[in-house]
Parts: sequence; C-alpha cells; structure tokens
Amino acid sequence: MDSIRYIAGKEPHPRERRMIFRNVDREGWDTRFATYVADGGYLELRKALAMKPAEVTAEVRTSGLRGRGGAGFPTGVKWTFIPPDNTKPVYLICNADESEPGTFKDRYILHQDPHQLLEGMAIAAYAVGARKAFIYIREEFPDAARILEEAIDEAVRENILGENILGTEFSLEIIVHRGAGAYICGEETGLIESLEGKRPYPRIKPPYFPAALGLWMCPTIVNNVETLCHVKHVIAMGGSEYAAVGTRNNSGTRILCVSGDVVKPGYYEIEVGRMTLGELIDDVCGGMRPGRALKAVIPGGSSSKVLRGDETFTIRTPDGASSGLALRDIPLDFDTLAACGSMAGSGGVIVIDDSRSISWVLNNINAFYAHESCGQCTPCREGALWMRKITDRVVEGRGTPTDIDTLLSIAGQIEGRTICAFGEACAWPTQSFIHKFRDELTGATSEDNAAKASNPEAVAQRRYLAEAAAAGSAR
Amino acid sequence: MPPNPKPATPLDLPDELRQKIDAIVSRYPESPRAAVLMVLHSLQGRFGYISEDGIRWTAERLGLEPVKVLEVVSFYPGFHQHPVGRLHFRVCRTLSCAMAGSIELMEKLCELKGIDIKAMHGHRNPVLVSDDGEVSVEYAECLAACGFAPVCMVNHDTHEHLTADKAADLLGQYRAKSGETSAAH
Amino acid sequence: MPVEEALLPKDLAAAEGMVNVQINGVWHRFPKGTRLIEAIGKSGDEVPHYCYHPKLSSPGNCRMCMVEIGMPARLAPGAEPTYDDEGYLPIQWMPRPAISCATMVSENLGVRTKSTLVEEARHGVMEFLLANHPLDCPICDQAGECRLQEFAVGHGRGGSRFVEQKTKKPKNVDIGPRIRLDDERCIMCSRCIRFMDEVAMDPVLGFSERGGYTTLGVHPGRKLDHNYGLNTVDICPVGALTCNDFRFQMRVWFLKETPSIDTNCGTGINTVIWTRNDQVYRITPRENNDVNSCWMPDSHRLNFHYLHGQHRLTSSLVRDGDHHRSAPSHNAAGKVASALKSAPKGTAALVVSSRLTNEEMFLAKRLAEKCGISAIATVPREGEADDYLVAADRNPNTQGFLRIFGDQDRAATLQSLRDDVRSGKIRTLLTLQEDLLAPEAGFTQDDLEKLDFLASLHLLDNGTAAAADVVLAGSGFPENRGSMINVTGRLQRLNRAINPPGEALTNWEWLATLLRETGADVFDGEAAAFKALAASDELWQDLTLARIPDNGIQLYETGIKIPLVERERERIARGEING
Ligand SMILES: Cc1cc2nc3c(=O)[nH]c(=O)nc-3n(C[C@H](O)[C@H](O)[C@H](O)COP(=O)(O)O)c2cc1C
Ligand code: SF4
Ligand code: SF4
Ligand code: SF4
Ligand code: FES
Ligand code: FES
Repeated sequence: MDSIRYIAGKEPHPRERRMIFRNVDREGWDTRFATYVADGGYLELRKALAMKPAEVTAEVRTSGLRGRGGAGFPTGVKWTFIPPDNTKPVYLICNADESEPGTFKDRYILHQDPHQLLEGMAIAAYAVGARKAFIYIREEFPDAARILEEAIDEAVRENILGENILGTEFSLEIIVHRGAGAYICGEETGLIESLEGKRPYPRIKPPYFPAALGLWMCPTIVNNVETLCHVKHVIAMGGSEYAAVGTRNNSGTRILCVSGDVVKPGYYEIEVGRMTLGELIDDVCGGMRPGRALKAVIPGGSSSKVLRGDETFTIRTPDGASSGLALRDIPLDFDTLAACGSMAGSGGVIVIDDSRSISWVLNNINAFYAHESCGQCTPCREGALWMRKITDRVVEGRGTPTDIDTLLSIAGQIEGRTICAFGEACAWPTQSFIHKFRDELTGATSEDNAAKASNPEAVAQRRYLAEAAAAGSAR
Repeated sequence: MPPNPKPATPLDLPDELRQKIDAIVSRYPESPRAAVLMVLHSLQGRFGYISEDGIRWTAERLGLEPVKVLEVVSFYPGFHQHPVGRLHFRVCRTLSCAMAGSIELMEKLCELKGIDIKAMHGHRNPVLVSDDGEVSVEYAECLAACGFAPVCMVNHDTHEHLTADKAADLLGQYRAKSGETSAAH
Repeated sequence: MPVEEALLPKDLAAAEGMVNVQINGVWHRFPKGTRLIEAIGKSGDEVPHYCYHPKLSSPGNCRMCMVEIGMPARLAPGAEPTYDDEGYLPIQWMPRPAISCATMVSENLGVRTKSTLVEEARHGVMEFLLANHPLDCPICDQAGECRLQEFAVGHGRGGSRFVEQKTKKPKNVDIGPRIRLDDERCIMCSRCIRFMDEVAMDPVLGFSERGGYTTLGVHPGRKLDHNYGLNTVDICPVGALTCNDFRFQMRVWFLKETPSIDTNCGTGINTVIWTRNDQVYRITPRENNDVNSCWMPDSHRLNFHYLHGQHRLTSSLVRDGDHHRSAPSHNAAGKVASALKSAPKGTAALVVSSRLTNEEMFLAKRLAEKCGISAIATVPREGEADDYLVAADRNPNTQGFLRIFGDQDRAATLQSLRDDVRSGKIRTLLTLQEDLLAPEAGFTQDDLEKLDFLASLHLLDNGTAAAADVVLAGSGFPENRGSMINVTGRLQRLNRAINPPGEALTNWEWLATLLRETGADVFDGEAAAFKALAASDELWQDLTLARIPDNGIQLYETGIKIPLVERERERIARGEING
C-alpha cells in the first residue's frame, strides 16, 4: 500500500482503508488489462478457479459480506438460494444502475477500475454456476460502458473471460447492457424486466424471487458493483480474515459517499462500524460549512429515514442493556443505523445544515420519487405524485396545517402496500421528516390557506363523492 | 460525437450501423426483445432522438409490435422522441445538487439561451430547445456524483462543481470545440 | 408413525393434497396451489379486486385485494410445536397486508378479510384510485357496473382529501373501429393489455409515459381492431374502454340478463343477452371453460342488429297475384300445411336449417313424417376456423341435425335436392330459416320459379321470401328456447330473452301450428319435445331441457377441439394462470 501514490489533491484521508477504491485516483493508474495484471490483478480469479464453486460460496458466507446495493443482505446466503435441483441456465447480473440519490461510488469503480469488477464477477459467476453475466449500467455513464466493453474485449483476448477461462472448464460471457435513465431499474426485478426489453415494472415477490425465477424465468443473482468487487478481496484474504475487517456482523470496508453541507464532501472507504457519523462529518469531511450547524443527516441514500442533528437514540446492545447514543456517536454500520430507525442503505450520506428549509428538502425528495415511480401499482403511482403536489404547495406558501397530516397518512397508505420497496423508499422520507421536523413543516403552512387552497375540481369531487356515498348507503 | 439535430428517418441506416445492430441482437439469443434498449441507443446515437420511424424500425427488427417499443421509449427520459439541441445539457435536479445550486445553473442556462423555463414539465415536456437549436436543457435525477455538486452532463460529458457562474464559460468552451471541428472539416 | 400425530388436521389434509386455511376464524380445506383470492371466494366471502383475472397472468398491481394473513410462528431450534385443541398451530399475524391474488394457500395459513388493517388498506387504495379519477359517472357508460363506483361506495371515505389539480389525460380516444378509450378513467390495471398479449395474441395495447402520467394507448398507425377486441371492454373494471355499439344506448341497470348461447357458429359460445322491452342491447360472453373461457369474437357479439332492422318480418304474407299481402298466422299456416299434405308423394321437400334447435328440428321431422316427405336437406355452412373460438362450421347445430335426421353427406343431399327441383321432380318446398338464394344454399331464381309452391319460414324479408307463395314471419336466436349440440358434441341450451315483434311467431310456434294443421298431436312446449326426443336417443335419456346445466353437458366427443380453450388449459398446467 505504501508504494501507492494518489493524484495530488485526491489523496485518501488517513482514516480510510482502501480496498475497493485502492486504484481510484491512483497516480499512474489506468484501465488497461496490463496495468491491472502488473498490479497483481486476476490472481484471485486463478485462486478461485482452483477451488470448488461451493467452496468459493462458503468463503463468501464466512466473510459475512453484506450487499452494498441497499438492503445489506448477506451475499453468500443469497447465492445459495438458487434451487439445488435447477436445470436451467443461471445468470449473474451486476447492478451498476447507481441511482439512489446521494450515492456515488460505483461510478468510480466503473470508470477507473473495470477489471476489479470483472474479476469479482468472474469469481461470483464461477461460484453460482453462471455462464453468462450482464452489467446493467445506467445510461448516464456512457464512458464507463465503453471502458467496460474495452476491458471485456481485452479480458477475452487474454482468456480471462470467454471460453475455457485459463484452461479450465469454466466459460463466461459478460455483456454490458445500458439502461436509459430510470431509478427503478436499480430494483432488481425492475432491472430484470428492463433487461428483458419490457417496461421496468418490478415483479411481485413471491413468486418471482430472482434467485429462482429471474431473468427469462431462470435463476439469477443480482449484486451491486461494490459487492462484487468485495468478492475478489474475500478470496484474496480468505473468508475469516475478511470477516475480521470491520465489526461483527458488519464486516469489510464500505465506501461512504458524503454530499451536502460539509466542507469536504466526497467518497471515503472505511472499515464498517469503525467510524462514527461525527468522525465522518467533523474529521474526515472537515466539518460543517463555516458558521453552520448540523441540522439533519440522511445516512444511507435519500430513501433512508432522516436523522436529526440533535437527536439521541436509545439502542439495545447485544448484551441486552440499552444505552443512549447521540447522532454524532453512531458507528457507521448496518445494524446500529437500523437500530436508530434508519439504514446504512447504499452508503450515501447527505448532510444538511441549518440554512436549509426542511419543506424545501422534502419537496425536492418527493419530486424525485414522483418522477421515478414506475407507476405500476396504485399506492405508489398515486401517492408519490400526490405527496409531491402537496409539498409543492407548501413550498409555494399555499400549504395548510392539515396538509402535514395528509402527507403522513398518504405515506402510511403507501408503505408496506406496494409491489416493490420503492414504496417504502418514497414513504420513509415523508414519514421521517414529519416525525422529526413536524413543527418546522407545520410552520411553513398557514391556516389562512385552508380557505383558498382548494381548486374547483376538488370541491366538486368532494361534494360528488359525499353524495355518492350517501346514495350508496341508501341503495 | 454531438447528436445530430436533423430529423432523419432510420430507414436509411448506414450499413455499418446495421451491422452494429445485428451484432447487438446476436448477443441476446435467448430473446431478441432484450436487445431493445441497446438498439435504441444505437439509433439515438446516430440520429439524436428516436423518431416514429425509429420505433417502427426497431419493432420490425426485433419482431415486436411498435407499441411495445413505444412503451419502452416513452418510459425512459434517456430516450428523446424529438430532436434535442447540438449541446444537450442535463442538469441534476436532485437534493445534493439542488443544495449546491443546480436550479440556479438551469436558470442561468435558460437565460443565456433565451429559453422559457416555465414551459418545462418533468413528464410532459422535459426538454426545452433554444430557438437556434444549439442548446437543449433538461433536468436529470441524481447523476451519481453528488459529492461534487452541482453536476451537469453535456452530451456524453459529465461536469462537476458546475455552478451557475461557470455556465457561460462552459458554453464558450463547447462552442470553441465545435468551431475547431467544423474548421477542421 | 404414532396414531395421535397422524390425526392432526395437517396430515389429514396432506393425504388428500389439501391444506388447512383459517378464514375469518373458520377453518377450511383447499387443494394445494389454490390462490388465496379463489379460496376466500369459495369460503363464501368476496375480495374486491381490479387487476386479477383468473384467465390472465397476475401482476398484482392494483393492490385492492389485500388481506391480513398470518402463519404459524417459526419454531426456535429444538422447540416442539404446540397444537391447539383442534390440532392447529397458533397463528402469528403479519403487520403488513398481503395481496390475495398472488398468494397461494399454505398449511395453517390464517386470513382475515374484515380486520381494521384490511379496511384501512382498501380505503387507502380507493382513495388513491379516486384521487385523479374524473367525475364522469353521470355521463359514463360503465355506471351501474363499474367496479370503481361500486367499491368507492363500499370502501371509500365519502369525501376526498385530494385538493390538487387532477392529472389530465386523453379522453374520447379512437383506438379502434369498435372501441373508445378514456384515459382519465383508466386505473392502469393492465387487464386489457394482458388480454391482447396473452389471449388475443395481438399485442397492440401498451402503456406509455410513467408514474402518475402512465397512459394506455395504441401505437399511432395501429388500431385495436382485432376480432376479439371487445373482450377488453368486458374486463375493463371501469369505463375506460367502452363499446361504440353500446355507448350511451341504455343504462345497464334497466337491462334484463338472459344466459344463452351464440348461434353464429358451431362452437356455441355461452352468452348473456342484455334486453329491455323485447329489444337486444348487447351480448356479452359468459364463462364456460369447456367452450369459450370468458371470451367471444366481436363479429358474433355484434351480430344482432338485424333482429331489429328494416328487413325484419313482422307479419306473415301470402302471394296475391304478383305481390304479397299480409295475412293472419292461421291463414298462412293453413295454406302451407295443405300444400304439404296434398303434394303427391315424392314431390314435396323440406329444407331444415342447422340453425334450428333440436326441438324445432324434431318437430320438423314429425311434420315431414306426417306429410310423407322424405326429401329433407340442410345447408352446410363452412368457413374457416379462426384458431381461437370460431368453428369452421358456421351452423350452430349441425350435430343436432345429424343426430335427428341421421348421419349423411349434407352437401350431397342438398345437391340432389337442387337437382330434383331443377328437374321438376320436387314441386312443393318449405324452407325453414334458410334463404335458398344465399350462395351456400345454391338455388337460383329460376329454380324457385319452377316450383308450384314455395313457403319460407324466416325472420327476414329475403330473396326466398320474395319468391315464396307463403312467408311465415319467424323468430331469431334470442326469441327461441331449446337445445343445440356444438361441434365438440356438447349439448347446450338457448334461452328465450325476448318475444318476436308484431305478429311474428317463434319457429317453434310455427312448426307446432303446422303440425296441428296436419292433424297431428303437438307437444306442450319445447320441454315436452325435448323429452320425446330424449326418449328416442339413449345419450340424452336422463335429461330434460331445464336440467341441461347452464354450462351445457358433453354428450359425446367429436374429436374437434377449440384452440383457445386448449391453449388456456396449457397455461393452467404451466401455472401461468389460475383458469
Ligand atoms: C427502488 C430501488 C432502487 C434500487 N437501486 C439500486 C441501485 O441503483 N443499485 C444497486 O446496486 N441496488 C439498488 N437497489 C437494490 C437492488 O434491488 C438489489 O437489492 C441489489 O442490487 C442487490 O445487490 P447487493 O446484494 O449486492 O446489495 C435498489 C432497490 C430498490 C428497491
Ligand atoms: S412501488 Fe412504485 S416503483 Fe415499485 S412497482 Fe409499485 S409503482 Fe412501481
Ligand atoms: S369509470 Fe366508474 S367511477 Fe369512473 S366515471 Fe365511469 S362509472 Fe364513474
Ligand atoms: S383501460 Fe381498463 S382494462 Fe385497460 S388498463 Fe385501463 S382500467 Fe385496466
Ligand atoms: S444529487 Fe446531483 S449527482 Fe446526486
Ligand atoms: S387483484 Fe390487483 S393486486 Fe390483487
């Protein structure tokens, strides 16, 4: 590691531990195959190919690696969900849709270190028995798509991909598949439908769990870019040694993407759980902007529930005792953030200072979800747009205090009642912002608006439905 | 390569593009339908947008009903159904960028090109084109570079820290560049 | 296995491939693989739903069918299950509702369809569906049979909290020659799209745009003009898709529904005839999984306007020189009966349409016997099968004809009748519901002019009627009652929905009158005729007309298969649809 030099001004923070981002912003680094191999690349693939596929999966299970795409599901466990009696082809899909607001890590792997991803994918494909894999990459990364295709071509020429890889029985084709600008294509079943050439409407689960009924109704493993890169390091270190990195049940490193009102936003790779939110903001990111105080943090991408700057959380430690934890003292791992009522999600930390109006922030987020709802299922399609319309009004000064309750109940009518987790993703911001900042939000509305806010169509509908209900009960 | 704003019918596809599309389709022996996004990208790369004819051509090429291609094209903001400007600006509208001033950037771009931003609607009318066809603007959702906000794409390039005060300069740079290429021709 | 364990309900059920499910506190048993929504239906309860249709794939998109479910708690390792007195495990209820259309029953599953959680979930979905829905009920054709309007009253909140501008979408869209679309009323359940994709296999419908702006439509330059397109109107749960033919004609709550069968081809598609004041307003398919599933071709369902058209005969006619004058029925019947009776042996003939019911044919046979007529022919009507439901045989009751008049080469019989008319051997002819000048019958004007006496029983004023000496004003399919046998060998019943207009009589009444005129005993109604017919054929022996089930009964197998029904069976077998 000592020999690695980084581009001036882009050096990692001393508290970082760079595994996945080892080569990001590295001086003299490029995306060529030769560069990667000269640095010891593809040794882990050789190592994995000398193992049995089940042994590779076992190592990944032992490592405790959890998915970095959002849900934090144990990767090795997911791989074992392929039905044992399966006779259909198995597919591996790398989820490179990176579109959760606040998340910007996969971008740099894809642009700067494509071979690390290809190596991780080849190992994963070998483990799960896939002979064909796809990288579903968001449309807004056109250069990365080209870079990946070149990297794949090179790897095929070098027999790292393609037929009988490195003289073994194992063959693998990797196809770069470009999306076209839709957040929902990050949801794994939406992604699969999109890849199949249909509208990216997520599928109902059950029955369509991808590991059994995925792409073309064949078993399919979907993993995030960062997750797949970790697989390479699990093989390099061995499962148990990898598990020692980070903290218990929260192993390895992860890349935190910090944006918003800090002095030095950016990406930071840290050992999971070995840094607190306060350290991240104050030490690593240089603190809040001068003269500003921390108001709120969205810790895991815009879908995660917001935390208040001055909040204290009561959490239960594994030994059963409960303790108070201030926001700045939260260790950045999967479990503690969950215990605090939010989630580590995709690693996108959005920091909000006291110059920001909460109604404006919520409206911005609601606009995102209203735009990105695929529109397939009723609660999300109607609810997301409705919530946006309400916060639009609040921001324009046309909100009424009852709007806040309406918002909360709309979110409640979405959560848990939709086809895919987008429902929660769009409900949680509204729910958490209201729980944590109700006074400020109510303050942004006015009683006076109640009389003038409604439009004639709405008044007509109200009257009409009341009449219909009355007629209905009479009928 | 900047998108070509001239409407053209994809029925006169150059051989080279046809071959490229054949190669794309051949990667999906399981189902040609799966090639639809990649084929549409090829067409948009060549023509700058997906025309009616483009939809029909794609449908025919992949053995689909045209409506199944329209379902896809109209879902994704990444596909345009009308020509865009020679310089297509996609300004990130999402939280981190908005906090860093991307809304002001959009306003500035519109001001520089005399575009009436009030005509914009996220779903119904997402793209506004300047009268001279040089510039089109559109809001994008999070472009995954939030730490370096505001973020804006111009055609295929991504620009970070692009605050409103840098808009005029950036436009100038692109003009200079296209000036060079046209001078080289 | 110890005896006590074998007696647990789960084991008893498993032995029969069943599972135990508790619905609103009561335990029921269902076959494995049953969908919850169907199980709840069988338990006597109903789950409101929009997107689910048993014949189509289940996207689970409307979220209206949510119910509260629970399962036995997962046991800690090593822990023993504790069964209650009845032998069931305690149910742990889940905090979130589940959609019943895509959930499969499982052992010891608990379901609540009436809890607070369920009510709230339904209220929520209803409120969302109504948020952007227009206030069109007073001018909407669907009113009265609209699932949204129905549930809005049953599950809505009454008032609306939605004070925003409603999303505007295209209205009154011409998406095909027979169908109109109102996108603002569409609740995006995708039933119509799935029907066109999966059943009609003409995937012309699709959604464009996304989210709250999602809009149903066809591609410009394409139309929803498929011959099965109108089925989308039937399954559209709201008034988004409406039928041009029925639009604004009549409020559905004024209409009477009569189950019957279609007579446009040998399939005998099961139908509902919607009528008021002896007028047919529309015809819709009725579910019969052995005949037509839930579907019917547009060409058949719309083929009823001739019943009320300008060519409909409303009174009988007799020739008076070179023109016709209307005549009382008994008068006209008497003329026909005496002509038939007095015709020298071997010079009279009957043309019996294979569009007649078995009972009408049976009377026709009696009439022939009574008058000593042996020349009897029917008109074969062959078209092309459409690979869905329409049979190549465009007669609805060819099988009935063959059973009653005996197996024969129908084309050859008809040919010899034509020859005999041409040669002058046959001089008296009664045609029952066949226009002899129609191409499939093959007679010419000259042929008819050779006859001494021609009578036509028909509902329309056609070329044969013009040439006839006596014209008996008969009835059309919704005016008849009786049975028919379809191309597969299935006996089905046609029910009377309306009465014939004016002085027209039903075919049955005419035949009965003619028989009476010849001095024969006449059955007391169609049912009695069926009974006599059944007595003469061992296949039908135990049946009465009224006892023919609404879905018919398979008498025998002809070997002919209905392609759409076969495909549906395959999809059920593959687990793609419930069926
Ligand atoms: C609305 C939504 C958007 C998502 N977007 C992404 C994404 O952009 N990238 C990603 O890797 N996972 C995303 N996910 C998570 C994926 O569904 C899936 O869980 C993940 O790719 C699995 O990979 P992992 O196990 O490696 O985390 C999203 C999920 C939801 C519900
Ligand atoms: S929850 Fe939203 S994004 Fe997910 S399927 Fe439903 S409408 Fe689409
Ligand atoms: S679709 Fe139903 S609720 Fe809507 S206007 Fe028509 S009848 Fe009323
Ligand atoms: S038109 Fe009717 S059937 Fe079709 S999606 Fe809309 S509501 Fe459903
Ligand atoms: S918010 Fe603009 S790039 Fe993420
Ligand atoms: S019926 Fe629509 S979700 Fe079940």
